[in-house]
Amino acid sequence: MFDDFFTRALVTGIGIAIITGPLGCLVIWRRLSYFGDTLAHSALLGVTLAYAFSLNIAFSVFIISAVIALLLLNLQKRTRLAGDSLLGLLAHSTLAIGLVLMGFLSSIRFDIMGLLFGDILSVTVEDIALVWIGGSVILGILYFIWKSLFSATVNFDLASAEGMQPNIYNMIFTLLLAGVIALSIKMIGTLLITGLLIIPAAASRNITNNPKQMVFVAILIGILSVTIGLFTSLELNTSSGPSIIVIALILFIISLIPLELRGKLQK
Amino acid sequence: MSSKNNLLVNLENAGVYKSPKWLIRGVSLEVRRGQIVTLIGPNGSGKTTTAKMVLSILEPDEGSMKRYTDKIAYVPQKINIDWTMPLRVVDFMRLTNNLNDNEVSESLNQTGVEKLFNEQIHGLSGGEFQRVLLARAIAKKPELLVLDEPVQGVDFNGEIDLYNIIKNISANLNCGILLVSHDLHFVMSATDHVVCLNGHICCSGKPSTVIKDKAYIELFGEHRSKTLTYYQHDHDHTHNSDGSVSS
Repeated sequence: MFDDFFTRALVTGIGIAIITGPLGCLVIWRRLSYFGDTLAHSALLGVTLAYAFSLNIAFSVFIISAVIALLLLNLQKRTRLAGDSLLGLLAHSTLAIGLVLMGFLSSIRFDIMGLLFGDILSVTVEDIALVWIGGSVILGILYFIWKSLFSATVNFDLASAEGMQPNIYNMIFTLLLAGVIALSIKMIGTLLITGLLIIPAAASRNITNNPKQMVFVAILIGILSVTIGLFTSLELNTSSGPSIIVIALILFIISLIPLELRGKLQK
Repeated sequence: MSSKNNLLVNLENAGVYKSPKWLIRGVSLEVRRGQIVTLIGPNGSGKTTTAKMVLSILEPDEGSMKRYTDKIAYVPQKINIDWTMPLRVVDFMRLTNNLNDNEVSESLNQTGVEKLFNEQIHGLSGGEFQRVLLARAIAKKPELLVLDEPVQGVDFNGEIDLYNIIKNISANLNCGILLVSHDLHFVMSATDHVVCLNGHICCSGKPSTVIKDKAYIELFGEHRSKTLTYYQHDHDHTHNSDGSVSS
């Protein structure tokens, strides 16, 4: 059943959308969009290292993202520069290091467009397994730590005072984020992963009124974006990542309509 | 129970340093079961910092903090919840607590806001939000309750209401309360122990002792410190939380 490359891409994409739904909500609640972007930029370095040492790409990207997250925490203790400056520093320097290293590895042919924007043709049966197994692990952990993580998201001091140990769970959350980026890199590409995290969650916020609802609707919008996006990509012969994100954007615009209507009714 | 067993938290000569200065130094205080301990002092005198040490949000850089309970509830001074987070009152009530709908309603009822059950947190007024914060803390049935200016933004009658509720909590739940307050009426008339801070402990003791203390009078001014003590008044009617007169 997974013989067809398109079916493989679809199954993988839906798996990714199910994980990016809840994590995307947490990313926008915690105002971490730029952090996701930084991890995604550093993913290119992970891919390069994977080729250089013939490692599994997802594994290598995960390790690099985790290192970047720890580096960020460390830098925050050493300097008083604002968070966004540090993120910019990490994002662009890791991207640059990745590109420089790529130059050294001239014997290997890189598909840069594929890395940046995703390539559905490259999705293998192993990728399906990786996304669904890895995704289940991520969702399982998320389910288990949800209460602590959520309370830390609403208010760090409150969670800390009432014994929810927010520091530990914030760290785990960062690792989960690194994990989801590692899993989705082939499909969406490093430049656009943050889009799949943020846009469905943002669209979902417009039409929901409680946290659980927002998570479920974000998953649905993610699945819709991936499905319609991949069909569009097939029909119009466009890159898979951008097609998915454009559909997500269209769904976001549609999600604004109920808000507008409600606004009109109240006037 | 011996008095030793009633001890909930104990700060000893504790201080917090944040470059380039000490936020607070040399604080020693105890909170026991059934006791209301209040922290008073001007802005920036270290009241919130002291409360955060008790809650182990901040580690003391000198001295020590010992706590003998994990059942803690906290009403912070300020909470900002972004619009991005869709949150109903009921979701907020369950933040660190597993409560069924009845338990949530019951606690909201105690602070007079049970009809806000399904409202969005963002739509609440300052006073309504304070009542929800207090209800959430009560629902936890804590042994130690830390309240950081719990009546800010609440109207005058609401303030009296909430202070009565706070007094009742300490009696009903037999918990210890650490209260940060600017309201000298309440502090002096209803609490067991007053700690007056200004970067360090200026004076502390029973309200009746503290109001005679030179350091206290100096800090709050002779006029205010005298006229505002033991304030009592009677109403010939009472108001519901929405302002209507109840018979």
